[in-house]
Amino acid sequence: MAKGILVFAEQRDGKIKKVTYELLSAGKKIASQLGEEVSAVLVGKGVSSLAGGLGEYGADKVYVIENDALENYTTDAYANVVADLVKQNEPTAFLLGCSITGRDLAAQVAQKLDTGLLTDCINVMVENGQIVFTRPIYAGKAIINAAIPEARPVMATIRPNVLPVDEPQAGKSAEVINVPANIGNVRTTVKDVIRQVSARPELTEADIIVSGGRGMKGPENFKLLEDLADVLGAAVGASRACVDAGWVPLSIQVGQTGKTVSPNLYIAAGISGAIQHLAGMSSSKVIVAVNKDSEANIFKSADFGVVGDLFEVLPVLTQEIKKLKA
Amino acid sequence: MKIVALVKQTFDSEAKIALEGGKIGRQGISLIMNPYDEYAVEEALKLKEKHGGEVTVVTVGSDEATEAVRQALAMGADQGILVNPGTEDIDESTIATILAKAVSGLEYDLILGGFRAIDDGSAQVAGRVAEILNLPVVNMVTKLEADGGKAVATADIEGGSAVMEVTLPAVITAQKGLNEPRYPSMKGIMQAKKKPLKKIGLGDVSLDASQVAAKVKVLTYSLPPARAAGKIIPGEPAEAAAALAKALREEAKII
Ligand SMILES: Cc1cc2nc3c(=O)[nH]c(=O)nc-3n(C[C@H](O)[C@H](O)[C@H](O)COP(=O)(O)OP(=O)(O)OC[C@H]3O[C@@H](n4cnc5c(N)ncnc54)[C@H](O)[C@@H]3O)c2cc1C
Ligand SMILES: Cc1cc2nc3c(=O)[nH]c(=O)nc-3n(C[C@H](O)[C@H](O)[C@H](O)COP(=O)(O)OP(=O)(O)OC[C@H]3O[C@@H](n4cnc5c(N)ncnc54)[C@H](O)[C@@H]3O)c2cc1C
Repeated sequence: MAKGILVFAEQRDGKIKKVTYELLSAGKKIASQLGEEVSAVLVGKGVSSLAGGLGEYGADKVYVIENDALENYTTDAYANVVADLVKQNEPTAFLLGCSITGRDLAAQVAQKLDTGLLTDCINVMVENGQIVFTRPIYAGKAIINAAIPEARPVMATIRPNVLPVDEPQAGKSAEVINVPANIGNVRTTVKDVIRQVSARPELTEADIIVSGGRGMKGPENFKLLEDLADVLGAAVGASRACVDAGWVPLSIQVGQTGKTVSPNLYIAAGISGAIQHLAGMSSSKVIVAVNKDSEANIFKSADFGVVGDLFEVLPVLTQEIKKLKA
Repeated sequence: MKIVALVKQTFDSEAKIALEGGKIGRQGISLIMNPYDEYAVEEALKLKEKHGGEVTVVTVGSDEATEAVRQALAMGADQGILVNPGTEDIDESTIATILAKAVSGLEYDLILGGFRAIDDGSAQVAGRVAEILNLPVVNMVTKLEADGGKAVATADIEGGSAVMEVTLPAVITAQKGLNEPRYPSMKGIMQAKKKPLKKIGLGDVSLDASQVAAKVKVLTYSLPPARAAGKIIPGEPAEAAAALAKALREEAKII
């Protein structure tokens, strides 16, 4: 019989991703209401040292699947080993982060298990003994609550940076179970991996994002945003206009056809607030807009607005924050 | 090279969403081809131009979705198939099951799709199709070369990109950056009217509604709470910037 909440413990380069802790906290919440336990599955090469730490965040058990062939993510290898584990353990629910990896893996595993999958959810709860997920649709313009009444496991990916992480319980350990990896047929070969090296936090996990639009006037002026990002420990984002103009890479585009972000603070400079941009950032906790046009749409969504020339506002803002932080 | 492009008709990204009878209203909504699927069609056409072959567009949707298929034909695809599921009990596994069935009756070397739909996009349909057809999948591709029995694709991965080689047939999903989709020419639009467009139902792909019943059930639809109007910080730029820094610290307590 189906039992327990299983969480995909996403790691990269030997570091557990923050969304994993968010999933464990959410998993613990629903598991306790259902009277079940929470487990995590950790996949990779040389990752077993990370397993113990997941106990502090609420995992009762951690399944570790290690193999040289799991060093780089490939859809086939990961989907095969994860689907096998889920089949053996028959959890009630299997939750993943809605990252590039989580999204890719979830679709394959859901189809292998012939079950339903709700993606990019922003909340999970138990109602009348049933697990219910909240998911924005139409780029956040509508919201559904949905469930998977019969198929098992219930599967969902959860948007990073939205759900809270419970205080870790120091010293609490998880039972670590090593699971043999049955890699199966891997039909893709990774020829090359190009990493974007950046000292900044990742957009989807950042607490603060400083974002620029066409009002930045050129790539050279992103320095102003970077200076501000430096004092805030923030990530830098951009509107599509800047990406289309070739000023910045697509990987930092925020919006309907870019990244969906939910930082505590989103600072939009020289961004008009098109509906497709709002789609990617309107779940931010606090939004600040700097725009010289007092009629700009972005002000309708902003908690704080400054009407003015960003070339004057941003440097002062950076200096003032530096002073406050000193 | 025989290529299948999976094309979904979606709500326009400008669409204003309202609820009608507890569900998403369709009144006054204009429909477009999912922008990511335009990349898929464009890439299919480019491969055809390079290697020869044909491009078949497959859509699951109601009769309205004919427009999206016609657009792909006008861009240059050779034929279209529109499967009308004729049921409201639909989720992503439903659509994927129907698509896979429809495609399995075709000859193909490559299946192209979008990595996600921009409306209720869950980024899972194409991957599910691959799984059902027992094909490999590479998602979020920004560069593609396909020839003979293999493809080399550059794809977005966590924190960067990867170059992957995959044996064909395979499912490849398009990310922005793959190409610039062409606009249909006047001639293309005229020709599209004469191209074969097969409209079929579930029975024609040997499925019945019970085999594709949705696993996901929507309990409620709602609109997001409007964000309360914020506060404009007055003053000259320098003055306002200083006040903003203070407000973020003392009021919002966020820095
Ligand atoms: C299908 C589809 C998908 C899309 N997806 C996305 C997406 O994912 N993300 C996205 O961002 N967009 C997306 N767009 C594009 C979107 O519609 C807008 O065109 C885009 O967001 C505009 O970018 P912007 O705000 O930077 O530029 P603009 O709209 O040109 O705004 C520039 C702003 O800068 C202000 N400004 C100029 N100079 C200064 C100055 N010196 N100081 C202060 N303010 C100044 C102006 O007042 C103006 O408000 C999409 C569009 C479509 C059709
Ligand atoms: C409970 C529930 C009820 C629903 N009820 C309805 C309903 O009554 N009517 C309805 O129309 N929708 C309904 N939907 C939405 C419908 O299930 C999805 O639109 C559909 O499954 C496509 O999924 P997606 O938009 O997430 O596609 P994604 O997975 O984001 O799409 C990825 C790619 O797959 C391909 N693709 C996706 N869908 C199609 C398609 N239809 N034809 C061809 N290629 C496609 C495209 O290449 C696309 O770029 C419902 C969804 C749920 C969860």
